[in-house]
Amino acid sequence: MSSAQNNPAHPRNVQLTADGRLKHFLSINGLSRALLTEILDTAESFANMGEQAVKKVPLLRGKTIVNLFFENSTRTRATFELAAKRLSADVLNLDIKTSSAAKGETLMDTLQNIEAMHADMFVVRHADSGAAHFIASQVTPRVAIINAGDGRHAHPTQAMLDMFTIRRHKGGFEGLKVAIVGDILHSRVARSQIRALHTLGVEEVRLVAPKTLLPIGVEDLGVKLFTRMEEGIRDVDVVIMLRLQKERMSGALLPSESEFYRLYGLTTEKLAYAHPEAIVMHPGPINRGVEIESAVADGSRSVILQQVGYGIATRMAVMSMAMSGQMQERAQIQ
Amino acid sequence: MRLSILGGRVIDPAQHLDEVLDLHVEEGRILALGKAPAGFHAEQTLQAEGLLVCPGFIDLSCHLREPGPSYKGNIVSETRAALAGGFTSVCARPDTQPPLDSAAVLRVVREKAQTAGQARVLPLGALTQNLEGQLLANMAALQGAGCVAVTNVRRPVQDNLILRRCLEYAATFDLLVIFYPEDPSLAAGGCAHEGALASQLGLTGIPETAETLAVSRDLLLIEQTGIRAHFSHLSTARAVELVREAQLRGLPVTADVALSHLLFTDATLEAFDSNYQVQPPLRSEADRMGLLRGLKEGVLTAVSSGHLPHEKAAKMAPFAAAEPGMSSLEVVVPQLLQLVADGWFGLDVLVDRLALGPAELLGLESGALLPGYAADITLIDPEASWQLDEQSCCSAGHNTPFWQQPLKGRVVATLVDGDVRYTTREQQNH
Repeated sequence: MSSAQNNPAHPRNVQLTADGRLKHFLSINGLSRALLTEILDTAESFANMGEQAVKKVPLLRGKTIVNLFFENSTRTRATFELAAKRLSADVLNLDIKTSSAAKGETLMDTLQNIEAMHADMFVVRHADSGAAHFIASQVTPRVAIINAGDGRHAHPTQAMLDMFTIRRHKGGFEGLKVAIVGDILHSRVARSQIRALHTLGVEEVRLVAPKTLLPIGVEDLGVKLFTRMEEGIRDVDVVIMLRLQKERMSGALLPSESEFYRLYGLTTEKLAYAHPEAIVMHPGPINRGVEIESAVADGSRSVILQQVGYGIATRMAVMSMAMSGQMQERAQIQ
Repeated sequence: MRLSILGGRVIDPAQHLDEVLDLHVEEGRILALGKAPAGFHAEQTLQAEGLLVCPGFIDLSCHLREPGPSYKGNIVSETRAALAGGFTSVCARPDTQPPLDSAAVLRVVREKAQTAGQARVLPLGALTQNLEGQLLANMAALQGAGCVAVTNVRRPVQDNLILRRCLEYAATFDLLVIFYPEDPSLAAGGCAHEGALASQLGLTGIPETAETLAVSRDLLLIEQTGIRAHFSHLSTARAVELVREAQLRGLPVTADVALSHLLFTDATLEAFDSNYQVQPPLRSEADRMGLLRGLKEGVLTAVSSGHLPHEKAAKMAPFAAAEPGMSSLEVVVPQLLQLVADGWFGLDVLVDRLALGPAELLGLESGALLPGYAADITLIDPEASWQLDEQSCCSAGHNTPFWQQPLKGRVVATLVDGDVRYTTREQQNH
């Protein structure tokens, strides 16, 4: 009964201004190819900054950005912090442990308290799917929200830095075959990547995993499903490996790490099935010997470390664009 | 006290009635339909031209929140909401704090309801002590204290032997057992219908089999123990078919559907709006169609409100972390009238599923406008335009997607025992 077009709570309507500019960055869902390309182009303009003597631009001078991490993360938080500082913003890092009791109230109260300190942007990581969307639509709509990972739902900045990596190393997206391998079920990264890859026009997205780690109905996203690794990565241009959490064994999803590695671990032999110039990506942190062999992770086809560097430029792009859209809307309201 | 309701369109499926008739009430009971008996002089008259006159509705599943956290609602607020929704009787769920598993708690609820003087409260007793699924509740005592059925609500008894003993013991007293079918392990951690959309949104799914597996098991044990049984809040088309097959085999089973599942599907998930977080989850469009067909064809003998009021903070959380449930009592009538307007069924079916169906299930002399029955009567203005807001809402729970939305069709007066206990301001001035 709810129609996406006239539902103001629909993701695409929550994160865009009336004229289609980014004001939050919650998910890839509903964003156009032009907008995703604009993010990549903006990121490109920031990409070489790290090598300069003065690693700063004054785009967000005087703005306060709060990193709100309800879930632990060292690397993602560090790149967001660096990105904000290179944009000259003031940064506050808050690690908030959620108490299971009165979760909703705590989250709401916490956010409204911080909003009262006149923060301009929240970078939010939360264990519940839809948390960033909830905050943007219901709690603090006047604060730009950047989703740094919500449950299994989305991790759009990670997906965009992956797209940036692919474009840098493959020159574009047309005609590409991309395989995403491993724990798709629990992966917010995979969900965002699938949407971004389709929007940017790759030829084929494949998911490779045992059936216990493939979400029900995921083929509706227009992906091809493979349960055999050798078939799944045959002739692909990009192999994206996902991290396998240790706790997956206890939920009866997998029998053992060793069986998973034997069937789905990316080894030199398995990589031979991919296109000879295929690149290997991983959102990190990697589990050597669980989903990827050290020789592959450190090998010439791996772009895993480059991805980390691109993460800063991509996050700078998203933060500056969302802040600008949010400021424009605030100005119109006043 | 003598009262006449004049010129309304009387709809009473028990008498296959749908015509403009006067209705006369004496001493809290229905006296006659049509012409007033000789010598009858009404002390009070209600002008009902343009209104539907129906037997009072009976809700099979309603949470009154008392005893329990009063910020979510209480017996006074929620039985008032029931009247505003046209319900003259509501079955109170036993999953209160403490649960309705002893005669003492049951009596307190009944006394509070009596004092409140709004809708009648028909308590549902717990099937097991503290609803823990381990020890039999004192069912005879609960029956003695006035419970109309026993249920373990959405905490199904997991141990099959214990469930069998529960059913045998309930059968001893010819107690009706109500099932809220759900396999706890298949449903564990889930908050949405398992399907493509939940997968895309990263919400943990509850598969159809969580319901159908439970219904299948329950049906086999119902057959074995010979109890009278009812399934509440079915959400899948497959479960409706399982109940239909059992009915064809001659099993004494019935089922109901909650209002929300007749209206919404998992398509609502996309906006992460926690008002749509309900148990069981909203399922596919095919399921909704199956439920509507089941209701139309009589496999489902009732629509229940599934009313679960919440304070604002309970829903101010990400989807999975929000508390499940919808505040529904006051929108049942406009929403079912919309389904009538859409051609799903006639007004006779609407009244049957809200009044006669539940009354027959509970074995009550109610749900019909037969002379001698208690004068529980609901008057509806099918054309009234209104909205549910701070002014009009009686429930303490505002957790409904219909909050401040335009609604068409409204209950304008509700009578319990011939006593006009609820009227809208417009109707008072009429």
